[in-house]
Amino acid sequence: MTDTLQISALESEAIYIFREVAAQFERPVLLFSGGKDSITLVRLAQKAFYPAKIPFPLMHIDTGHNFPETIEFRDRLVEELGLELIVRNVQDSIDEGKVKEESGRYSSRNMLQTTTLLDAIEEFKFDACIGGARRDEEKARAKERIFSVRDDFGQWDEKNQRPELFDMLNGQIELGQNVRVFPISNWTELDVWTYIEKENLEIPSIYFSHPRLTFVRDGLIWTASEHVYRDEEEEVKERIVRFRTVGDMSCTAAVASHAATISEVVAEIRDSSISERGARIDDKRSEAAMEKRKQQGYF
Amino acid sequence: MEVLKIATAGSVDDGKSTLIGRLLYDTKSLTDDKLEAIERSSKQKGYDYLDFSLATDGLVAEREQGITIDVAHIYFSTATRSYIIADTPGHVEYTRNMVTGASTSQVAIILIDARHGVIEQTYRHFFINNLLRIKDVIVAINKMDLVDFSEERYNKIKADFQKLVDKSDYEDQHITFIPVSALKGDNVVDGSEKMPWYKGQTLLEHLEQLDTKDIYNTGKPRFPVQYVIRPKTEEYHDYRGYAGKVYGGELNVGDEIVVLPSETKSKIKEIYFYDKKIEKATRRSSVTITLENDVNVSRGDMVVKVGELPTVKKQLTATVSWMDTKQLTSGSKYVLQHGVNKVLAKVTAIHHKIHPDYSGIETDVAGLNVNDIASVSFQLNKPIFFDAFKEHRTNGAFILIDTQSNNTVGVGFID
Repeated sequence: MTDTLQISALESEAIYIFREVAAQFERPVLLFSGGKDSITLVRLAQKAFYPAKIPFPLMHIDTGHNFPETIEFRDRLVEELGLELIVRNVQDSIDEGKVKEESGRYSSRNMLQTTTLLDAIEEFKFDACIGGARRDEEKARAKERIFSVRDDFGQWDEKNQRPELFDMLNGQIELGQNVRVFPISNWTELDVWTYIEKENLEIPSIYFSHPRLTFVRDGLIWTASEHVYRDEEEEVKERIVRFRTVGDMSCTAAVASHAATISEVVAEIRDSSISERGARIDDKRSEAAMEKRKQQGYF
Repeated sequence: MEVLKIATAGSVDDGKSTLIGRLLYDTKSLTDDKLEAIERSSKQKGYDYLDFSLATDGLVAEREQGITIDVAHIYFSTATRSYIIADTPGHVEYTRNMVTGASTSQVAIILIDARHGVIEQTYRHFFINNLLRIKDVIVAINKMDLVDFSEERYNKIKADFQKLVDKSDYEDQHITFIPVSALKGDNVVDGSEKMPWYKGQTLLEHLEQLDTKDIYNTGKPRFPVQYVIRPKTEEYHDYRGYAGKVYGGELNVGDEIVVLPSETKSKIKEIYFYDKKIEKATRRSSVTITLENDVNVSRGDMVVKVGELPTVKKQLTATVSWMDTKQLTSGSKYVLQHGVNKVLAKVTAIHHKIHPDYSGIETDVAGLNVNDIASVSFQLNKPIFFDAFKEHRTNGAFILIDTQSNNTVGVGFID
C-alpha cells in the first residue's frame, strides 16, 4: 500500500449516498459501534445535512463485552453533537432465551449480535440501516452493493443483488424488507485514517498505543479480561499495544505498536503488511466466515 | 490524488482474476496474511505456482466452481494514483454485470486468450464498452507464454480485433494492445524479456499515464436536487438549501439559472460545502446551493444554467440493456429513475434488437429477454430533463424498476 485515494471524490460520493437515504426512506438509522468507520460516517452525515441536524438516530448493538473506552467515547460524542442514540443489548437477547451464550476457548458474542440487531430493526420498523462496511475489508464485502436489500429475515441473497448503475440508487422495497446502506463502500482503511487525520476527528483512546494486560494465542494478541476465555497456561503479560479495528473484546486482537498520535497511526497503516481483518478473530474461523454471517443478517 | 476506475471483461478461463492478482502482487498491494492464504490454498490444490485468482474470487459458489459470478471491487494504489477495479464476469448470461461494472468506470480492459484469439465473447465485450462510451480500452492479449510469446500470433489477434474496431461508430475511442502473461508477470507491471519485439508500455505503465480529467466533462452543468435542507432553527430560520451533486460542468455563485420543470429563473446566491461557503462547485462534487429569490424547488427538480437547457419531454427513445428474467414487452409499465427523479414509463414500441456481436439488428421483436439489447420507445407520465447519452454520460442514462418486485430490471441510454 502506497498512498490514499482522492478524498474529495470519495467524500462527495458518501455525502450523495447519505442524502439518498434521507430522501428515499422513512425510518433510517445509523449503526454506530464507536469504531473509526462509524465515527467517519457521523462526520459525513453532518456534512450531508448541514446546517440542519442529522435527520436520523444512531443505534448501537452492545454485546456487553465492549471496551469501556469505546462506550465512554460513544456517550460523549452523542452528547456533544446532540444526536439521538438507541442502545440494544445482546445480554437482553440472552436473558430472553433468544440466543445462547457460546462457551469454550473461542467463545464470542459477535455472532449473537445478529439476533439483537434484527429484533431492533423490527421493533423500530427501520427501513434503512447505514453501516460502515468497506469493500476492501474482506472478499465477500467486495461484492456488496451500496444499497443492499435484506428480506423479512434480514438475510442477504448474494446471487440476486440489484445492479447499481452510474450513481442511481434504487431504494424501493416492500414492507418488512430493509436496506443496508454502505456510504464508505469504496474507501480503503487508509482513506478512513487519512480522513480522520484531515478532519481532526476524535477517536477512542484504544486506537493509540497504551499498556494493556494481554496474552498470546494463535499468534494474535488477546485482551486479558473476564469476558475473554483463557487457559491457565496462557500467560498474561503487560504489552504496549493498540487496536487497529474495534469490535468487542472477544473478537478483536491488539497489535504491538508505539503509534501514539493520529499521524503515527497513518504512517503505520501505510507501511503495514498485515490486512486490517487479519486482526479479526471472527474471520479466522473459516475462509467463508464473513459470507456465512452476512447471509444470516450480520452487519 | 486521482482515482481511476477500471472495468475488466473476459471470458471464463482467460485469466482475468489472475491478471488482477498479478497487478496487486507486483504493485505490492497484497498484504502478508492475504499472500499466506493464497500460498496455502495453491499448495493444497497442488499447484506449482501462486493462484492469484484466489485474491479476487470472493463468494463460496465461485470458489467451488472456480469462476467469478458477480461484480467485485478491488482496490490498489501506486505513487501516481489510486485504482478501483470493477471485476465483472464474461459469460454470456452475465452481460448485465458487465454493463453495471462499466457504468462506473473510465477505462476498460478486455482480455483475450492468445490461444483462442478474438471470439464471440470479445465482440460482446467490445460492444458493451462502446455502448457505455468508455473512452480508453486496453486489449490485453493474455497467456502469451502458452503461444511461445509469438509476435505473429499477437499481430494476427490485433488484426482480427481491428476489424471489430472498424465496425464501431465511436471515433474518439482509444484502443491499446498489450501482449501479457498474467501468470508469469510479463508486461503487467514489469516488462518482458521473452517479448523483446514488443516496444510498447506495460499494462500498469499505460494506466499510469492515462489522462482522466475530461471524463464526464460536457461543459453543461446539471444539478439534480436530491434533498431540500430546512434547518428550522432560529439562526437559519429562512434557510432553504438545495443539496445535490454537480454533473457535466461547474456551477458558480452568481450564475443565472433555470429550475426545471417550473422554468423559474433565479441566480445562485451561495454554494456550501459543509460549513464552508465556496465560489465554485466543481464537477461531481456534492454541495448545497441557495438561490436569490424564494422559488419552490423539490427533490427531482433540476437546476441548469440559462441558455443550456436539456431536452424536456414525455417521450423518449433509448438503447435498453435488459437485465431481468421477466420479459419487457410493448405496453409494459415501469418506474423510470433518471438520476434521482422517478416517473412512470410505458413501453410504446420495441423497434429492434441489436446483436452485440455486430451481426446486425433484428426487427419484429415481441419482447426482451435477460441480456438483450434493444432500441425501445417510452411514454412517461411526467416530463424528464435529459441529454443524449453520447453527450452526457450521467444525464443521458436511466434505470427501469419493476413495479412489483422493485428490482432494477434494465438500464437505458437515451438517443
